[in-house]
Amino acid sequence: MSATATTTEAKPEMITFTEAFSRALHDAMEMDPTVIMLGEDIADEEGGGIFKVTKGLSTKFGGERVRTTPISEQAIVGAAIGASLAGMRPVAEIMLMNFITVPMDQIVNHAAKLRFMSGGQTHVPITIRTRTGAGAGTGGQHSDMLEAWFAHVAGMKVVTPSTPADAYGLLLGCIFDNDPCLFIEDQLTRTQTGPAPVKGEIIKLGKAHVAREGTDVSIVGYGRPIRDAMALAEKLAGEGISVEVVDLRTVSPMDTETVIKSVAKTGRAVVVHEAPRSFGCGAEIVARIQEALYGQLKAPVLRVASRDVTVPFSRVLEAEYLYKGTDIEAAVRRTLDTGSRK
Amino acid sequence: MSTPTFTPQVLLEVWRKARQINLIDEKFRGLLRSGRLAAVYYSPRGQEILAAAMGVHLQPTDYLVTTYRGIHDQLAKGIPLKPLFAEYYAKATGACKGKGGPMHITHPETGVMVTTGIVGSGLPIANGLAWASQLKKDGRVTLVTFGDGASNIGAFHEALNMAGLWKLPVIFLCQNNLYGESSKYEKCTSVDHIGERAASYKMPGVTVDGNDAEAMWRASAEAVARARAGEGPTLIEAKTFRFMGHYFGDPGAYIPKEEYEAHLAKDPMPKTRAAVLASGIATEADLEKYDAEVNAQIEEALQFAADSPFPDVGEIDIDVYGAAA
Repeated sequence: MSATATTTEAKPEMITFTEAFSRALHDAMEMDPTVIMLGEDIADEEGGGIFKVTKGLSTKFGGERVRTTPISEQAIVGAAIGASLAGMRPVAEIMLMNFITVPMDQIVNHAAKLRFMSGGQTHVPITIRTRTGAGAGTGGQHSDMLEAWFAHVAGMKVVTPSTPADAYGLLLGCIFDNDPCLFIEDQLTRTQTGPAPVKGEIIKLGKAHVAREGTDVSIVGYGRPIRDAMALAEKLAGEGISVEVVDLRTVSPMDTETVIKSVAKTGRAVVVHEAPRSFGCGAEIVARIQEALYGQLKAPVLRVASRDVTVPFSRVLEAEYLYKGTDIEAAVRRTLDTGSRK
Repeated sequence: MSTPTFTPQVLLEVWRKARQINLIDEKFRGLLRSGRLAAVYYSPRGQEILAAAMGVHLQPTDYLVTTYRGIHDQLAKGIPLKPLFAEYYAKATGACKGKGGPMHITHPETGVMVTTGIVGSGLPIANGLAWASQLKKDGRVTLVTFGDGASNIGAFHEALNMAGLWKLPVIFLCQNNLYGESSKYEKCTSVDHIGERAASYKMPGVTVDGNDAEAMWRASAEAVARARAGEGPTLIEAKTFRFMGHYFGDPGAYIPKEEYEAHLAKDPMPKTRAAVLASGIATEADLEKYDAEVNAQIEEALQFAADSPFPDVGEIDIDVYGAAA
């Protein structure tokens, strides 16, 4: 994992996403005694979580602050909400994103709305960590990207990282934010590595990140596809095509300004996400781009997304379901072939 | 735990709280009928005594989570009239600045933390408030109230299981008014008494006549003391009846006439008033004087609500999100 950390050449320490999530939780608990955790199997007695993200935390910070719960998602999210109303910063783990359908009432009707409905007298600074993503053969009820559901609810913040360093900084950003945050962890890339973050460095929510600067076309998205976009940008650079990559980081509320600034510069955009295409967040991003830049666009804004079907089990079918890096490349080339390039 | 004494003074205290609820409810129904108030309203008529008999045991710092039929619980918890009424009037001076309304009354200063319009949703949230108290060792208890219908929803069972496991300082007060919306209790609930359901969750379950001031006061005293002592949660089922239907304007055709009349004959308000007088703690004149005082407070608060401005339209963009952390 971090075998090269002690070399004298000061090579950056490399850590996995899982390590980044763990470090963020650990450091948040160390930084603030009001940070508490609850979820299924998360304490060390139960193995420190099915994905080991919470491993060691209950031992270090005590079973009072890190509690394994029954398989009761409504009770988990409700308890997080209630504790947050009393001044705590709870981090609730919903093991997999499909299980978040169970506590939707708590999230949508309560967590998201209590600040507004109380006229600002109360607020709900909770973080709901959840994991998902297709490509691992987990089938129709363990793979869905449901971020659009939550992005559609005023009061919620939806966050997902594309690098381990972002994973760390954004998770801290969620925990210390004063609104309910849904933090989505990708199950396929969890062992992939990236440079380690600086301890304690919080990435504030609500700001997109230009992950790579370019001049010919903007790829806009979040989460795993940003990794594909970065690889593609590198490849196309060899052909003299300059790709800008905009990582929303916070899906909602979306940093429209950074996206518009990028597309105003390049005149071309490809929007990408893993979730199914129809009625996804991509449609919203495209709408905002055309509302702001109609007349300045050199080509129609294209979307790359997964298919509008249930995530299938068979690898053959799952691969057909999932967006591909080659889809992004094809969309970029199609965009560039439309109209004249500067 | 020593058995507390239900003195005439306590009875009077319960009566006063219940009577305040009763007078406000009567006033609101009059205003709604005449069209001077336009709001969704779920009358607590018939459930005043149980709320008051619980309320006298609570401190302002204790937490309350209640429901759309919650005005009796909020008043018993001590919410002041002006912000409460102004919220019913949808005014900027309302407890929630006119943004929540009657179904979402919130007033943290008096511990009114959540009022939900979703049946059963308050219970998991109450656990969280109680969990925070357990962690902070602040000695607060959390009261969550709900109707009989809520005991059939999943959140009830998830919440009781967690509270039982974690020994949370929470009191689950089920106000069994015998009808869930328009459906009779027996048609929707598989047990004779909701109090029996506590047995599944390792906590005491008490079924009590919620319309009997002394019985309700005793059950509440025990549950509050148990929670405060860190001994865990209690489920109280307070049997009662609602006289004004589910919502204001509900014709209540689903309640047989004989049944309604039988309950009316046992109306807890005249019964408790008679008990107060019989105890000798107050005279007819004392009670009339109290009514006059409360009515004056009501008129003052209504005037405040009526005179207050509506929210500025710019308010719509405020409180969606907090300031950047």
